[in-house]
Amino acid sequence: MRTLRFLLRKEYLQIFRDRLMVAQLLILPCIQLLILANAATFEVKRAQLVVVDDDRSAASRGLLERFRASGRFELVRPPVSAGAADEAMLRRVAGVILHVPPDFERELVRAHSAPVQLVLDAEDGAAAGVTLGYAQRIVADYASELGATLPRSAARRAPAAALDVRTRGWYNPGLDYRLYMVPGILVELVTIVATLATALSIVREKELGTLEQLNVTPVTRGQFIAAKLIPLWSLGLAALAVGLIVARLAFGVSIRGSVVLVFATASVYLLAALGIGLLVSTIVETQQQAMFVTFFIVLVYLLMSGLFTPVRSMPRWAQWMTQANPMMHYMVIMRAVMIRGAGVREIAQPLAALAALALAVFSLSVLRYAKRSA
Amino acid sequence: MSARATPPRRGAQRTLGAFVRKELHHIVRDRQTLAILLVMPLVQVLLFGYALRTDIHDLRVAIVDPSPDARSVRLRDRLEGTPRFRVVRTATTALALEDLFRRGEADVAVVLPARFGESLGRGEPTEVLLVADASDPNTGTIMQAYVRAALAGFEADVTPQAGGPVRIRVESRMRFNPTLESANLFVPGLIALVLTLVSALMTAISLSREKERGTLEVLLVSPLRPWQIIAGKVLPYLGLGFAITCLVLLAARLAFRVPLRGSALLLLAESVLFTIVSLSLGVLVAARTESQRAAMLGALVGTLMPTALLSGMIFPIASMPGWLQPVTFIVPARWFVVIARGIMLKGTGLAYLWRETLVLTGMAAILLVAATRSFHARLD
Repeated sequence: MRTLRFLLRKEYLQIFRDRLMVAQLLILPCIQLLILANAATFEVKRAQLVVVDDDRSAASRGLLERFRASGRFELVRPPVSAGAADEAMLRRVAGVILHVPPDFERELVRAHSAPVQLVLDAEDGAAAGVTLGYAQRIVADYASELGATLPRSAARRAPAAALDVRTRGWYNPGLDYRLYMVPGILVELVTIVATLATALSIVREKELGTLEQLNVTPVTRGQFIAAKLIPLWSLGLAALAVGLIVARLAFGVSIRGSVVLVFATASVYLLAALGIGLLVSTIVETQQQAMFVTFFIVLVYLLMSGLFTPVRSMPRWAQWMTQANPMMHYMVIMRAVMIRGAGVREIAQPLAALAALALAVFSLSVLRYAKRSA
Repeated sequence: MSARATPPRRGAQRTLGAFVRKELHHIVRDRQTLAILLVMPLVQVLLFGYALRTDIHDLRVAIVDPSPDARSVRLRDRLEGTPRFRVVRTATTALALEDLFRRGEADVAVVLPARFGESLGRGEPTEVLLVADASDPNTGTIMQAYVRAALAGFEADVTPQAGGPVRIRVESRMRFNPTLESANLFVPGLIALVLTLVSALMTAISLSREKERGTLEVLLVSPLRPWQIIAGKVLPYLGLGFAITCLVLLAARLAFRVPLRGSALLLLAESVLFTIVSLSLGVLVAARTESQRAAMLGALVGTLMPTALLSGMIFPIASMPGWLQPVTFIVPARWFVVIARGIMLKGTGLAYLWRETLVLTGMAAILLVAATRSFHARLD
């Protein structure tokens, strides 16, 4: 126990003496959070619109006006020919082309139905999909508005719509993307801090030769591992706390559920993250390798965690693979607790999976570590 | 230090050759790093191509129907029969919804009022509440739209058509990537990411390692000139980056038919240009830092993070807040992503991409001079 205490003091000293390390562990998460939460949105603020108006009627001008008034579209130039519009898109001046065909108004009056064509630059597919959604809503609103003013071809008025559909978006009524991204980004940061710091801290001792020295002292492997991991474990929690405070102050994103639950689940998850770091340290020789291997693993985990794309959109085999990804389970938990205010009962299933995985990864890495250096 | 001997020209070339060979040995000897550098981009191409999609093909619906009758059952059938929809729960009160959403077991709930069928039968406008889990705003909005469409279909079934409401059909075309294949979208950005990783990160680490071990001092007093040291450090990584670019393009082409509509030669030339920019950044980072770890951190924050986040490869620049958009101008990858997408997806050439190319060339020139100078400074 005394040995462990001395070792722990050494580790804490080493961490805090190394300013860079502290910066890496605490300041970096804040910067990343600030940039990521602002950059990582798929919401499109303003799309560049070019219009090809072959109808030149009151109806087509009205549609154009609705696009302009929506605030989502910026009309980059007055209506042009189809050829000029294509050229504008190639030059990246326009992101959207709205093409109103000839006889648009006449068809509307005659058949109550007319097509318009929207061409989107899908080079940036995420943005294009969202923009299409905005445009469809504007067109639909305009159509129902026209329904009230256009002369009816049928003698009697159509009955009012039978269903009156009201919509509510629970948990995020303002549709703020940052509310959704912040918990996920926190998970990513905690992972990088814990995994990379563990791998680097052990491999550095390997590189410097001090690991050999420690191995010939009476320090047992258990003590060594505990002394290495406990400080990093506490630092991981500290990084999470700093991230949560920044999220609160900068974005007003707070925890809907229990704070204790957030940190309790983080403690479990950190076991897995530290375990992976430990595992990496057993298979590499240099800090450079440690960095690249860690980077590779974290990246794959990250992409398969549902941070950027929903897990349920993946093909079935990929969904099965994500079950073995501790980051995915923790991401689910953090989002449930932070955004939806879920309690222990509601996250029981992912929490059980996370605990099992954490235990497995951790014991595997400790076993492997002990065997290798024995 | 100025008493450095000036070797004859042919000798200089030979020493450079030897130096490049030594550097290549360093790269090839470290099998693990090399393997990761080669395998990582391939795994990423596979993941982006197969696993990472945003389309919703499984929508879990909960229905609250306080007074089931023929009409409400018809609505339920309609929802159940809609492709992509899966009804996970049918309840008579809305009390169960909160729990269902918190567990993350339902995405959307359709809440019918009491005596839904009666009210509908009398031809009164009947209110239906549509609750979506909007934690993820984009998915939430899309799911709402799907359910609305299904409800509109039901409405058309039960109400007699008279004149009909005015409809404007939107025919949309996704130009340059009609099916929104994610591989097509990500591969150009992936090339930028991998090139940054190989050139900036590897160079920074390799140079700072020589610094840490003191071998850089030895190199500086050798007959090698500073530019030769830099060239020797940089050339192997330039080659490595080039090889990996070809590998990614080939894999993307064979596995996912990612198009290369423009000139392959132009794309490779632009990649080399971008690699030079990244390499210079790596050298600069190494010159400013003292330890390997500091260099890693510097390269991560200074090059890799901006490339991943601010280049537009994943997140559209158009969605960033106003103050952040100008910041992306100094990120080299931002320009390269535009170029790569233009060449690969649109098939455009220099006529359309000269501005971006010019920016990259300017960056390369400035950074190259700065990098060489940062080494001069260490000589005195």
